[in-house]
Amino acid sequence: MSAFSAIGEDREIERDEFTPGIEPQATWCPGCGDFGVLKALKQAMPEVGKNPDEVALFTGIGCSGKLNSYFNSYGFHTIHGRSLPVARAAKLANPKIEVIAAGGDGDGYGIGGNHTIHTARENHDMTYIVFNNEIFGLTKGQTSPTSPKGHKSKTQPHGSAKSPIRPLSQQLNAGATYIARTAAVNPNQAKEIIAEAIEHDGFAHIDFLTQCPTWNKDAKHYVPYTDVQQSDEFDFDVSDRAEAAEMMRKTEERLYEGEVLTGRMYIEDERPSYGAEKRAIGEMPEEPLAERYFDEDAEWERTYDNLLQHHK
Amino acid sequence: MTDNELIWRIAGGSGDGIDSTSQNFAKALMRSGLHVFTHRHYPSRIRGGHTYVEVRAKDEDVQSRGDGYNFLLALGDSFARNPQDEAYYGKEELKPLYENFDDLREGGVLLYDEGLLDEEDVEEIELEEAAEENGWHVVPMDLRGIAKEHGREIMRNTAGIGATAAILDIGTEEFETLIEQNMAGDMQEANLAVLEDAYEAASELDIDHDIEVPEGSHDEEQVILSGSNAISYGALDEGCRFISGYPMTPWTDVFTIMSQHLPEFGGISEQVEDEIAAAALALGASHMGVKSMSGSSGGGFALMSEPLGLAEMTETPVVLVEAMRAGPSTGMPTKPEQADLEHVLYTSQGDSARVVFAPANIRECYTQTRSAFRIAYEYQIPSIVIYDQKIQGELRNLPASHFDEEPNADPGSVLTEEEIQDAAHHASGKFQRFLHEPEDGSNVSPRSVPGQKDGRYLATGNEHNPSGHISEDPDNRIAQMERRLNKLDDIRADLDENTSHQTYYGPEDAEHGVLVWGSQQDTAFEAVDRLNENGHSVKALGVSDMAPYPVEEVSEWLESVDQALVVEMNATAQFRGLTQKEIGKYGDKMSSLLKYNGNPFEPAEIVDGFESSINGEELAATNMKYLPAAGD
Repeated sequence: MSAFSAIGEDREIERDEFTPGIEPQATWCPGCGDFGVLKALKQAMPEVGKNPDEVALFTGIGCSGKLNSYFNSYGFHTIHGRSLPVARAAKLANPKIEVIAAGGDGDGYGIGGNHTIHTARENHDMTYIVFNNEIFGLTKGQTSPTSPKGHKSKTQPHGSAKSPIRPLSQQLNAGATYIARTAAVNPNQAKEIIAEAIEHDGFAHIDFLTQCPTWNKDAKHYVPYTDVQQSDEFDFDVSDRAEAAEMMRKTEERLYEGEVLTGRMYIEDERPSYGAEKRAIGEMPEEPLAERYFDEDAEWERTYDNLLQHHK
Repeated sequence: MTDNELIWRIAGGSGDGIDSTSQNFAKALMRSGLHVFTHRHYPSRIRGGHTYVEVRAKDEDVQSRGDGYNFLLALGDSFARNPQDEAYYGKEELKPLYENFDDLREGGVLLYDEGLLDEEDVEEIELEEAAEENGWHVVPMDLRGIAKEHGREIMRNTAGIGATAAILDIGTEEFETLIEQNMAGDMQEANLAVLEDAYEAASELDIDHDIEVPEGSHDEEQVILSGSNAISYGALDEGCRFISGYPMTPWTDVFTIMSQHLPEFGGISEQVEDEIAAAALALGASHMGVKSMSGSSGGGFALMSEPLGLAEMTETPVVLVEAMRAGPSTGMPTKPEQADLEHVLYTSQGDSARVVFAPANIRECYTQTRSAFRIAYEYQIPSIVIYDQKIQGELRNLPASHFDEEPNADPGSVLTEEEIQDAAHHASGKFQRFLHEPEDGSNVSPRSVPGQKDGRYLATGNEHNPSGHISEDPDNRIAQMERRLNKLDDIRADLDENTSHQTYYGPEDAEHGVLVWGSQQDTAFEAVDRLNENGHSVKALGVSDMAPYPVEEVSEWLESVDQALVVEMNATAQFRGLTQKEIGKYGDKMSSLLKYNGNPFEPAEIVDGFESSINGEELAATNMKYLPAAGD
């Protein structure tokens, strides 16, 4: 299809293709964990063989939303908490586009929590990266859904009375078919996990620990960390739902006890993605819907021939 | 009051098949050569509760529900027969009888199902006294008994049709054909038998009444459909192949029709978790180059406020449908009102750049939905089609040829890959998608679509420079704001040149005017005819373009009348306020007739309202409100 010649280009991809030119200048603070996400994402691209014109990145609002400015692909910087619904439709409209969504912990686990659950439930074929720094950064350091209980901030001066959300367990229950936790301080693992998530056919959820040196100085910088796949202590079957649930419980509890566990938490390969399910029941065309609008030979049905019969 | 028309009202409980029976009745009359119009009235419940539908039939185009009605088929509410112990139901089953006494015209026929309604109960509601006072012909018939004989009580409605046909002497041929077309097997046989038995039973009664069903014929093939059908078909014919939504009355109708047909048209329908997601999905699909729509009603549309603003800022085309119902808050879910106008025009932060059309009727639901898509995709702007519970469910006949139009799947201002290669690119490698001054001198900067080579750009809800990067530069801000807002002037000029959405009615040189918008237009036109018959000198202007507002057209029209009565279904005269804001004069000419009790205007009400305003009298009716002109 010549209208979208960037899709499926068979060539070597260079990491630097995803680096914009001299502009825009970075506005993340020095030492921000978000740089780690950007770097890992760029490094993963040559591995999965996707070029910048066939990747669509959807972000929400906050520091994480600036990822779109520094990552040179098609981008849609949406509104707070709403990157997933925009991204979902994009994937349905053109399944040949590599769809990635990204947002912060407030964006994905707070305001957008409803979408986070339902996108996982539907198992859309996309990758979702949550920049989890346990804080609201761009609004200057308020308590977020992943801040520890007792966390003091300007909006919770007595310390938060709320327990943090358990994002991994939540997404396992919701229906995500690839769930992992990685960290900006572990660039190799981060790159591998992002590449796996992109290649996974289904909803891949990455909880990406990104230290915030400005507003969350009290919190650990996620070092030292343990890669659960590399450690003898955690011998669990990543495809077994019950074992994965137990691993996630430990991971989520220990984070707030000062022990950082990262790695692949759950991988389910059998379940078809939402697009495949929809096609199977005849509710989605075989060929990408978006291409039809650029196909001069496409035939467009009209209601006069099809539907008016019922009304005569 | 002329009676060269039939206004047949069927009343029963929700679930008694009132709706489907009325649809068949209307279709049969249309096929027999008449023009028809239906008006639905139903409660916000699933089973039981008084619901009715009116079918008005004439030998010429029917513009509104008319005034009152002259034939009642009262089936009673069969779902109120077995009340649960936990709640009080009262005399529910009788409601479809006594709640309809008010509007039955003198000399009308009242046919009720005595198989469901006990005689002593009917005595209690003083039917006999009311009938005597109004000269009604009361016809009790055991419709339930007739239906039961053939197996199922639900066929009471078919029995009612058979009896109606006999009393009105219109024969059963068209009804038989419909049963044969819509049903099969035992069900078909049973219904045909019930129809025949009821017809024969009623024929023997020999009711002597004055209702004459007119005879007519059509000079071209007719179709009968609802506003929701017409909006959906307009969307499909304009190449819309993606819809996302969340159920909410009365928007659900369009959502349902689209969802049922999109797969066969090669499209996609998504029912999602909330209306924020619904609007966001429509933007996502449109961003990829697919013509997309979403929609909701009052409260659901409130949730779409932020995605709507995002569509304006990112210049992502999309069409949203807003099906109004009575508010505020949950309001009256199944009752029409025109009180979301300001909500739709102004919701979302910042200065609005959006298009809003309010079609008058089923014909315009089709054409203006097509306009909404064409404008949205050519000008990269969100378009909103605002209609209400009145049009969404009413049925009306029109020539099938109205829909015999070519489809248009043009995705609008999108570049080809060749054109992208030659276009300007930014230092970051991004394509200049938001040029301050597009090359063709218009205010529309062409877009690319993900997957196109070298078309990368950033769409963002932040203010942005030509490549889409976030920018707070004051000069850039002015340039982008101007370009986005100036599109509205271009669209106004485009509409003026290509498609008038305004309707002028009545003698051009008339002294007085009726100004009306959206779904109340045709009712007002019927009232204007009557006023002129009564010796007044009146014309009407029906407005459908809410944004961009047709300033020139309305100004000229207002200039030409002594005074104008602005008729709308809300309490705060929202359209009159919009008109004054947009035109900035003639405030002393415009007075308002307002109705907000959950029922649309009847022509006679507009006639009365106009006459009392002209004569400087108090409005006699208590179900409407009169607001004098500025300075009065």
